[in-house]
Amino acid sequence: MMRFLLLFSRQGKLRLQKWFTPISEREKKKIIRDMTSMVLARQPRSCNFLHWKDLKIIYKRYASLYFCLAIENQENELLALEVIHRYVELLDKYFGNVCELDIIFNFEKAYFILDEFLMGGEIQETSKQMVNRSIEASDMLQEDDNSDWYEVELFG
Amino acid sequence: MGSSEMCRDLAGEVEKLLKTSNSYLRKKAALCAVHVIRKVPELMEMFLPATKNLLSEKNHGVLHTSVVLLTEMCERSPDMLAHFRKLVPQLVRILKNLIMSGYSPEHDVSGISDPFLQVRILRLLRILGKSDDDSSEAMNDILAQVATNTETSKNVGNAILYETVLTIMDIKSESGLRVLAINILGRFLLNNDKNIRYVALTSLLKTVQTDHNAVQRHRSTIVDCLKDLDVSIKRRAMELSFALVNGNNIRGMMKELLYFLDSCDPEFKADCASGVFLAAEKYAPSKRWHIDTIMRVLTTAGSYVRDDSVPNLIQLITNSVEMHAYTVQRLYKALLDDISQQPLVQVASWCIGEYGDLLVSGQCEEEEPIQVTEDEVLDVLEGLLVSNLSTPVTRGYSLTAIMKLSTRFSSVNRIKKVVSIYGSSIDVELQQRAVEYNALFKKYDHMRPALLERMPIMEKSTTNGPTEIVQTNGETEPSVVEPKHPPPVTQPNQVRTVLISETHINTIPPMTAYNKNGLKIDFTFERANPNPNIAVITIHASNSTEADMTDFVFQAAVPKTFQLQLLSPSSNVVPALNQGTVTQVIRVLNPQKQQLRMRIKLTYTLKGSPVQDLAEVNNFPPQSWQ
Repeated sequence: MMRFLLLFSRQGKLRLQKWFTPISEREKKKIIRDMTSMVLARQPRSCNFLHWKDLKIIYKRYASLYFCLAIENQENELLALEVIHRYVELLDKYFGNVCELDIIFNFEKAYFILDEFLMGGEIQETSKQMVNRSIEASDMLQEDDNSDWYEVELFG
Repeated sequence: MGSSEMCRDLAGEVEKLLKTSNSYLRKKAALCAVHVIRKVPELMEMFLPATKNLLSEKNHGVLHTSVVLLTEMCERSPDMLAHFRKLVPQLVRILKNLIMSGYSPEHDVSGISDPFLQVRILRLLRILGKSDDDSSEAMNDILAQVATNTETSKNVGNAILYETVLTIMDIKSESGLRVLAINILGRFLLNNDKNIRYVALTSLLKTVQTDHNAVQRHRSTIVDCLKDLDVSIKRRAMELSFALVNGNNIRGMMKELLYFLDSCDPEFKADCASGVFLAAEKYAPSKRWHIDTIMRVLTTAGSYVRDDSVPNLIQLITNSVEMHAYTVQRLYKALLDDISQQPLVQVASWCIGEYGDLLVSGQCEEEEPIQVTEDEVLDVLEGLLVSNLSTPVTRGYSLTAIMKLSTRFSSVNRIKKVVSIYGSSIDVELQQRAVEYNALFKKYDHMRPALLERMPIMEKSTTNGPTEIVQTNGETEPSVVEPKHPPPVTQPNQVRTVLISETHINTIPPMTAYNKNGLKIDFTFERANPNPNIAVITIHASNSTEADMTDFVFQAAVPKTFQLQLLSPSSNVVPALNQGTVTQVIRVLNPQKQQLRMRIKLTYTLKGSPVQDLAEVNNFPPQSWQ
């Protein structure tokens, strides 16, 4: 299973964090510090796999963002790279040509998408379209909600 | 994520949801079930009935999460594993459909349908087929199909192939399939993508134990990976290379590995050096090659060599008797070049101390003998003593070496001067040694040749710790603590048997010296070489009572015409019921060839109470002292 997923920029600023096991705040901060320093220190052409404690760390750089995923020792690393890529594709499909700013300003959407794709440290849905449909459905619910409100106020 | 109490409470709900018609909910319910099982494994049975229909899902999402659920159950419980074995044909069918089916836009990734699901199924198959012949047989075809039909141009395909290879290796597959798997790994190694090479090296490392020959075929590729720029790949390649070394390829491999040692980062050097030593010891084609290799390691990575390799090397050198002259000459030349690498200096000074006479006499057959005078040798050793680069340990080595040369060289006065200077050295260790050596010159000069003679050939894993002369019962001379033979770093206390090699075994029969209250002590004899006046006795203590004898101490005393030297025992616990013996070596110097007599004192603790006994041993066979 996956343990955590972190997104951070080239300057080391954390954009997204998802933890799949309960960890204390102090531990989380320490892990974030370790990950950012380890990953940012890597040479550009080295391989994308690292060892840290008893976990394998898979990282991939997309434009200015580093996606860092920690998996347990018996998991398939190449597949983890695919997981990261699939998540980026989902973001791209939803935001249309996603960039770091999209994630910064719409982080809750990014989290929704992540929660539809991964759950409890495992992949939840392997079909891109299903995930997109779920996100669109929840977006619609939000919009509907807003319009109801407005109606209530009008007839108030 | 839910705690275990929450899981217990909600497990029923989750189980119900597993059966709902809404696939969205079912998918989430399955993952919840996975989490519940992880937190509270006992609830696994609860989900068993729901799993019956899971694999007949059409929806990939639910199918995927169901496979995860099944995997989790099988990993945690061998009963479940047996239960789900019957699902293997179904899984095989699903996998087949995935591969054969046409393009499905929903699940497609670069031309491969739903790789996530494929990998998950492969993993479940691996767990199911692990020790089971029937399941493994059922899987053989599909695995071969996946292995040959998957596209390798993209990472996705390689991910699937990787999982397939892991599965083939773990189940009881036929050999053709295994060879296919290793070939795939070999292809990975040639791939430009670093990730894939890394993954290949890691898997090969796992398989090298079982499929050694197949991996050997890719040896040259692996050795090339040593030159890669990436640190993780280099490390993996190094580990794998050491695993692949064998008697046939040792020369070639060693050349590559030594070259690697020269150029690699410091963090690798220590591991590489120890690996080289181990490999050289196991497969060295000739003694000379072995010594050359060691010299090479010492000179290039000398400061990274581990501390305990120094005694190992020394032991190795003493074992190769005919190479002594050659070794000491090369070490001397290396010392002249560079005295900063401590392990090299320590080994070199020890050798010069032992074999200095060979060095000066210019007797080397293997190489051009160099002309060295005694003074030059002493200059070098004294240089080590004063140099800032030498650690205290190294200084100890060189002082002892100088002392040993007093019996081998003729310029004894110079040596006496050096030794007396260091009698007032600030370094306590050095001072102690110098004072003892001084005493040796002054009061015990008659013992000096015997004490400083050549070290006998040592067997592996013997300690060379401090030796004691224990003289009890009526001796008025103070007991002299024997100058410590280097190395001062003692090895773990597993002295097994005695020091002498086969050529010196005499036909002196062993005898029982003491047998009382369940404790039996046997003496076995060898004759020390080259001094025939020294008899080497090994005591073997065994215990036939039901309890172990702890704090076992053996002491011995001999009449005044003899001299006794007692080395450290193998341990001080004599195991009960003759399960093992404690051994200890006694060296007796008998210059007047008198009949050997000995008084022994034994102390030990048996069942909590201390026991002490004295005995006299008079039944030594005549050959032991004549």
